[in-house]
Amino acid sequence: MPLNDELQQQLIKDLLIESTEGLDRFDREMLVLEKGQGTPETLNVIFRVIHTIKGTAGCLGLPKIESVAHVGENLLDSLREGKLTSTPEMITTLLAYADALRAMLESLETTGNEGSADYSILLQQLQDFLTGKPVATAQATPPAPAPAAKQTWGLFDDEPAVSAPAAPASESTPPPAPSAPPPVLMENTGAEKEVATRGHSASDSAIRVDVGQLDKLMNLVGELVLARNQIVQFTNQAQDPTFLNASQRLNNITTELQEGVMKTRMQPIGNIWAKFPRVVRDVSLELGKSVQLVMEGKETDLDRTIIEAIKDPLTHIVRNAIDHGIEMPNVRRAAGKPDEGMLILRAFHEGGQVNIEIMDDGHGINIARVKQKAVEKGLITQENAARMSDRESFNLIFLPGFSTAEKITNVSGRGVGMDVVKTNIEKIGGSVDVQSEAGKGSTIKIKIPLTLAIIPALIVTSRGERFAIPQVSLLELVRLEADQAKKGIEMLYGAPVYRLRGQLLPLAHLNKELALDASPSAVTTTTGASKETQRAEEQAVNIVILQADGRQFGLVVDEINDTEEIVVKPLAKQFKGINCFAGATIMGDGKVALILDVLGLAQHANVINEVRDRSLTDKVKTDSRASDRQTLLLFDVGEGGRMAIPLSMVARLEEFPRSQVERSGSQEVVQYRGQILPLIRVADYVRAAAGADSKGGDLMQVVVYSEQGRSVGLVVGSINDIVEEAVTVRRDAIGDGILGSAVIQNKVTDLLDVAAVIRSADPSFYNTGRPAVELAA
Amino acid sequence: MNDSKQFCTFFINGIFFGIEVLKVQEVIRYQEMTSVPLAPATIRGLINLRGQIVTAIDLRRRLELPARSDDQLPMNVVVRTDDGAVSLLVDEIGDVVEIQDDVRERPPETLRGVARELVTGVYKLKERLLLILDTEKTVTLTAG
Repeated sequence: MPLNDELQQQLIKDLLIESTEGLDRFDREMLVLEKGQGTPETLNVIFRVIHTIKGTAGCLGLPKIESVAHVGENLLDSLREGKLTSTPEMITTLLAYADALRAMLESLETTGNEGSADYSILLQQLQDFLTGKPVATAQATPPAPAPAAKQTWGLFDDEPAVSAPAAPASESTPPPAPSAPPPVLMENTGAEKEVATRGHSASDSAIRVDVGQLDKLMNLVGELVLARNQIVQFTNQAQDPTFLNASQRLNNITTELQEGVMKTRMQPIGNIWAKFPRVVRDVSLELGKSVQLVMEGKETDLDRTIIEAIKDPLTHIVRNAIDHGIEMPNVRRAAGKPDEGMLILRAFHEGGQVNIEIMDDGHGINIARVKQKAVEKGLITQENAARMSDRESFNLIFLPGFSTAEKITNVSGRGVGMDVVKTNIEKIGGSVDVQSEAGKGSTIKIKIPLTLAIIPALIVTSRGERFAIPQVSLLELVRLEADQAKKGIEMLYGAPVYRLRGQLLPLAHLNKELALDASPSAVTTTTGASKETQRAEEQAVNIVILQADGRQFGLVVDEINDTEEIVVKPLAKQFKGINCFAGATIMGDGKVALILDVLGLAQHANVINEVRDRSLTDKVKTDSRASDRQTLLLFDVGEGGRMAIPLSMVARLEEFPRSQVERSGSQEVVQYRGQILPLIRVADYVRAAAGADSKGGDLMQVVVYSEQGRSVGLVVGSINDIVEEAVTVRRDAIGDGILGSAVIQNKVTDLLDVAAVIRSADPSFYNTGRPAVELAA
Repeated sequence: MNDSKQFCTFFINGIFFGIEVLKVQEVIRYQEMTSVPLAPATIRGLINLRGQIVTAIDLRRRLELPARSDDQLPMNVVVRTDDGAVSLLVDEIGDVVEIQDDVRERPPETLRGVARELVTGVYKLKERLLLILDTEKTVTLTAG
């Protein structure tokens, strides 16, 4: 008995696999049919799918699936034999019928039974199509089946009981039917037979393998690679030519085996794209839009774990593109575009990564609206919005809680979409980017690694322990020599920060975050080594600049070793509480090393939460707007020169590389938006320390001030914040260029007298009578 | 009824423990370990078991017994659990013993502390007592 049970389970499993693929094919072919491109072959394929499901379900004693499948089979049979002609309504019903089969199969998979859903209405409709015009085979009159189809979606309508007896009656109709047009029948069965043999040979050349089996193989190959590496190391010392030969062969074979096994886990991306024609059809129908879907590069291979991971994000993007991107047909016509929108999916390999692009030819992303929405929702500050490039603004749509859709539709607009898409894709080490051109459409570009199992990582050491950092979170490496380190790393209330090109970067020490010194096992790793690293720390500091959740921080480690391809393995449940590690890996010497979870580590070290909290308080500030409050831009002009100007005086915030600075007479200028922008170094006009703005590295921070069409750039040390506060000037003017001082954010801040500074730098600026500096391009 | 069970036995701090032999995947000598920072102290680290990464739990710490001296290298008893293999670090490996079920008794009421939770039964052997550990409970760590 148990053996039979096992057999039954296995057969059901096979049925599930087969039917899922079959029903996907069913959908695809149905759409071909709907477009009027169907051949007799199309119907044969459709029919065979259902026929197989019905047959297998019957064998396995699944009466419900069998009976539902049977009704559809009858209708399909009549279609195939040419006794009925398909109508759009009929296709919609048949697609719903495929969904019903899917639902039952799914229920079979999850609960072990066929589910309790009632499909009698659907079946009735299928029957109606079949019996509606049993005689008028040649002249199919569409109006008749139409009302029946309308009821497809009215599943809650009370179907009159009268329709029930119709079912058994029609059951008997198919048998006499075949005899009616014998020549057609002959022809079709011939075609079917031909296809059947072809299909058979294709399935003979492939076998189904349990994925777990492949994973096991992959693990073994990984281990073999390590053993090979160790043997090859020995080879270097060996003299015996036979051994050298054997080891070389082992080397080559292992590499080939590794590639081979990797390939078995690969699947063409077309497998998940297969359902998109249906998605596109359903969504565009629902929205009343017309969309053509083009897919390029279906055969692009991806690791199966990745295929699984990108399925939902891709579906979401596709739905989004139709909902938000592509306009209604009348809008498109007005814009001079064809009624039918275009959605292109493209996949290709490039640089060891898989690129997936989703392009639409809709209206594109409205930057102004995106920015406005993001500020409204408190996702970014005014200052951020002002200095954001177009590209950065597009990417705002990936922020959590963001949605520009004016109204929430069934399809999208709940603001939980794109950020989930982004996190899901980043989780597998990929990246998403958006490009858009107003009126022309948008493109979403996704880059994902070929496989999840093996990722490039940077190996670092801290207190003698090795850790792997996934390369995807890595931005750059900074090494500070001893004297630089003393100056470079500053303390803010005990929290170390480093200025990276003028930007304050919070730092975390890996050994402190992981409590490596305190852990007793660290003592067992030779104390000499840790002393050595301590000494090394006094000499130089290695900072790994990482990015997590769109924010950057620096991780201080003892040593930066090398980058390596590592095999990622999950950690056991005992480590669930620790969010600092993403997994573990086995290094070349056979020892285990932990993989850092950059996001988790950042949260653990509190290097990114803080920032988030602040943006929240910013939001509160904007809400409690009071009339005597002023929004101020805070910046500094070198050592201690903390200054502020009203934000209303700021046209834009810009960064210019020093190399762009040119001279016009004695005046420093840069080319800016087709104009010549004179630069004024604020530090020269206020009492701040000299050479104040030199620390910003290669980039100069410039506040652009405009007055009557003329602009001037104020060069400052760094831009710190935008605050809204009630300002009380505490002291009267204490010098040229300063209006007074006020306490802002609990710190004394000088208010810059912009007019005075500009006047002393360029006495002609406010003199409108004289020729302007504006030399329009 | 002549039910008997086989147990893989080992010593921890001189106490004789056993685990059902069917739960044991293998017994291996001391392996180099990578410690996991921030993990509960019970976890000694991770070992590489032919390409599989296995968590090593120090049974002395798990059973709240005094720590092993530095020169004493533990052995690994790798057990199968619902979440894959886990290695239990023990002092010394004993034999596989087959015991009749009728010499089994419930753990005495006087057994206290963690042992009360983890020991499912006691077998009276001729020369000593054998304490049977519940593997699933042993590898499930609550708050570290």
